[in-house]
Amino acid sequence: MKLSDICTKSLLVNKHTCFHCGIEHNESETIISQQKHFCCNGCKTVFEILNENDLTCYYDLENAPGKIPEEIKGKYDYLANPQIVEKLLEFEDEKTAIITLHIPYIHCSSCIWILENLQRLNSDISSSQVNFPKKTIRIIYSNKENALKNIVELLSSIGYEPYISLENVDNNNLKKKDNSLIYKIAVAGFAFGNSMFISFPEYFEVDEFWLNQYKSLFRWMLFFFSLPVVFYAANNYFSSAIKGLKKGILNIDVPISLGIAVLFIRSTVEIIFDFGQGYFDSLSGLVFFLLLGKFFQQSTYNYLSFERDYKSYFPIAVTKITNLKEESIQIQDLEKGDRLLIRNQELIPIDSILINGNAMIDYSFVTGEVTPVHKKSGDKIFAGGKQLDGILEIEAIKTMSQSYLTQLWSNDVFAKNKEDNFKSITDSISKNFTIAVLFIATISGGYWFFIDTAIAINVITAVLIIACPCAIALSAPFTLGNMLRIFGRHKFYLKNATVIENMAKINSLIFDKTGTLTSTLTQQITYEESELFKSEKQDITSILKNSNHPLSRMLYDYLKTDITSTVSNFNEILGKGIEGTINDNHYKIGSKKFVIGKTQNDDDTAVYISINSEFKGRFSFQNQYRKGISGMFNKLTRYFKLTVLSGDNDGEKQNLEKLLPKNIELIFNQKPENKLSFIDSKQQNSNEKIMMFGDGLNDAGALAQSNVGVAVSENINVFSPACDAIIDASVFTKIPQFLKLAKQSINVIKWSFGLSFIYNIIGLYFAVTGQLSPIIAAILMPLSSISIVLFVTLMTNFISRKLKN
Amino acid sequence: MSVIYVLITVSLALALVFFFIFIKSVKSGQFDDTYTPSVRMLFDDEVKNKSPKKSITKTKLNS
Repeated sequence: MKLSDICTKSLLVNKHTCFHCGIEHNESETIISQQKHFCCNGCKTVFEILNENDLTCYYDLENAPGKIPEEIKGKYDYLANPQIVEKLLEFEDEKTAIITLHIPYIHCSSCIWILENLQRLNSDISSSQVNFPKKTIRIIYSNKENALKNIVELLSSIGYEPYISLENVDNNNLKKKDNSLIYKIAVAGFAFGNSMFISFPEYFEVDEFWLNQYKSLFRWMLFFFSLPVVFYAANNYFSSAIKGLKKGILNIDVPISLGIAVLFIRSTVEIIFDFGQGYFDSLSGLVFFLLLGKFFQQSTYNYLSFERDYKSYFPIAVTKITNLKEESIQIQDLEKGDRLLIRNQELIPIDSILINGNAMIDYSFVTGEVTPVHKKSGDKIFAGGKQLDGILEIEAIKTMSQSYLTQLWSNDVFAKNKEDNFKSITDSISKNFTIAVLFIATISGGYWFFIDTAIAINVITAVLIIACPCAIALSAPFTLGNMLRIFGRHKFYLKNATVIENMAKINSLIFDKTGTLTSTLTQQITYEESELFKSEKQDITSILKNSNHPLSRMLYDYLKTDITSTVSNFNEILGKGIEGTINDNHYKIGSKKFVIGKTQNDDDTAVYISINSEFKGRFSFQNQYRKGISGMFNKLTRYFKLTVLSGDNDGEKQNLEKLLPKNIELIFNQKPENKLSFIDSKQQNSNEKIMMFGDGLNDAGALAQSNVGVAVSENINVFSPACDAIIDASVFTKIPQFLKLAKQSINVIKWSFGLSFIYNIIGLYFAVTGQLSPIIAAILMPLSSISIVLFVTLMTNFISRKLKN
Repeated sequence: MSVIYVLITVSLALALVFFFIFIKSVKSGQFDDTYTPSVRMLFDDEVKNKSPKKSITKTKLNS
């Protein structure tokens, strides 16, 4: 019903919505199959494949769920090579093989349905299972020759092209998830629940006959419950405390482990000598809450990766030409002098020289510059560029590890772990806290020592137990963990909770220009000189349709008129332009030199038009700045030092000066390594805490060097470089709010520290006066933890309420 | 032997059973993906509804 509604609606306005992918298109372009409209042959083919196999349920689950399949001819030939396939597989024997493929397009329930019914399209597949949050599919298939290649080609043909990169080969075995924290929580929770249950009777009926009879049984059971908690669940606290002490740092784990150790030893001594029932239930509860805090702080974005390097951009294999024969070769095995074949949309894997073909290279990965560069035979081509126009033949002049792009990654910043040198707010408070606790323990112990030695020991241990900073240790994980989720809901994805603490300390912001301040999705196209008639526009569109040049396609999308006439004498002159004749009018579309004949160089990118050798005008392409940039900079400039660091030439300088507030430093012509060293020198010399915003691989070094590196992404499913955070471009102008929230979260932590000190003072009162009974500990410790968790959760939600609009 | 020993053994055994079931389910990957199964279970009905219809129309055509 729904679908027919859509069809009738679209018929009325003479526009059609593609049944497969939902793209709106004109009457003249539509392709009809089985009374359904399609925008292109690709979409129609997918529909026909699914229709033949009774899989049209795909279209019932969601409206227009599909994607136009990409042209992949020959792209996956390397999957015929068993050595390469072997490295990708998860499991393999003679009969079956299992592979997990990453498919970025997975986005709806239709996707899950079609991908889990793959066995109906290819009989080699025995079953397939989608992991939606991770956007992966795990396929079990019979291990025949070329089976994987067929499967991958099948997936691509229905619009679900998997993303296979060099990274898959290198990390395949390291991806095992670490579940030890969950096991530890399970152990601690199990012990906590059961020991509460068993210790409960003794809290109330101390001298009852029945209870006295079984007292020792209960106590020893408590002891055995606490053993796995102390020696397994809490072992990380001990090892971290010892590590800290060796380095001379009193981190928060020192008072925690001291508390746990004293709790355990004192309780054990108490039950051995029958002094009392001990504090075993408080002990398990404490460890349980602490571990929960750790769990809550863990990052939760399965489908995002913050550790990507160039490997996730590079293909696994390329086509090598030896003696006129093509063969697939793994990238690592490439040598100097190898002849390679680069197909359309493929990445140049290695620094090389162009031998043959029309090179139109998009270096946006490397330099951030989006306008493709034309190269002639004999020109040098750097690794990381993407070929946009046809097939190339190149000769490698270096090995992969020597390439310019890969060398960037050998810089030390990528080996450094930012967290190692970071002192968290909890750690900085724990030093004074630990000293204060030890001081109070000694003083009160000393006082009681002169009255009663037994009570003195009792008091010292009680102080150490009650001062165990459970509430303090929970404040930061729950505040930051909750903030991390709130940011994530607003499309700002942080690598971990430490990033928020770092953000709160930032005093300087640096922005990349292309792709960060400007949008790569929309290019502003302006037309200058004499006006074009409608028929002329239609003619130009008709001619443009024949060209695959990126600028032609952009202009074609921009003009979007109906195509009326057929083109005769169409000719494409590589690197110059296109020409064609329609109704005796001869059109020339292309570079200034090609159309007008002048050789002067223009800085900006433009397409010139002439009709019958008469110059008509030009379309110039400009990057469009994101909306609201100006307002955002005005807000930020009050609190932060701002810099724009661009890899481009200074052609945009005047525009930027107009757009941005006056006191912003604009620096141009920065190569990736310049950006890195610029940030390094700022950090060293003027002690700035820098937050860097960038997009391409060219910013990767700068992102790693800065205190907080943020990748700006138009589509978070597309890979972004290694960074601390990924921000969706649509919320880019919310950065001032995010920064403010980061600062406020630190304040929330400080308030909750204040609250937990109050609990500690109450507890210490009982401890130093020698009145700390197990029941008080059992009430006070969970109460303080739970109220702190409640407090910080409510506060973080309260301060972030403004983000919602 | 007092009944308390029986009760404690039973309750502890029960708790341990749950504990090991949990550990086992974590190990088997039950918690790795908590979203897809919720969608998947809705598909079964649709496929079942579809296929009988198909077979009916086919048999009609044949006869």
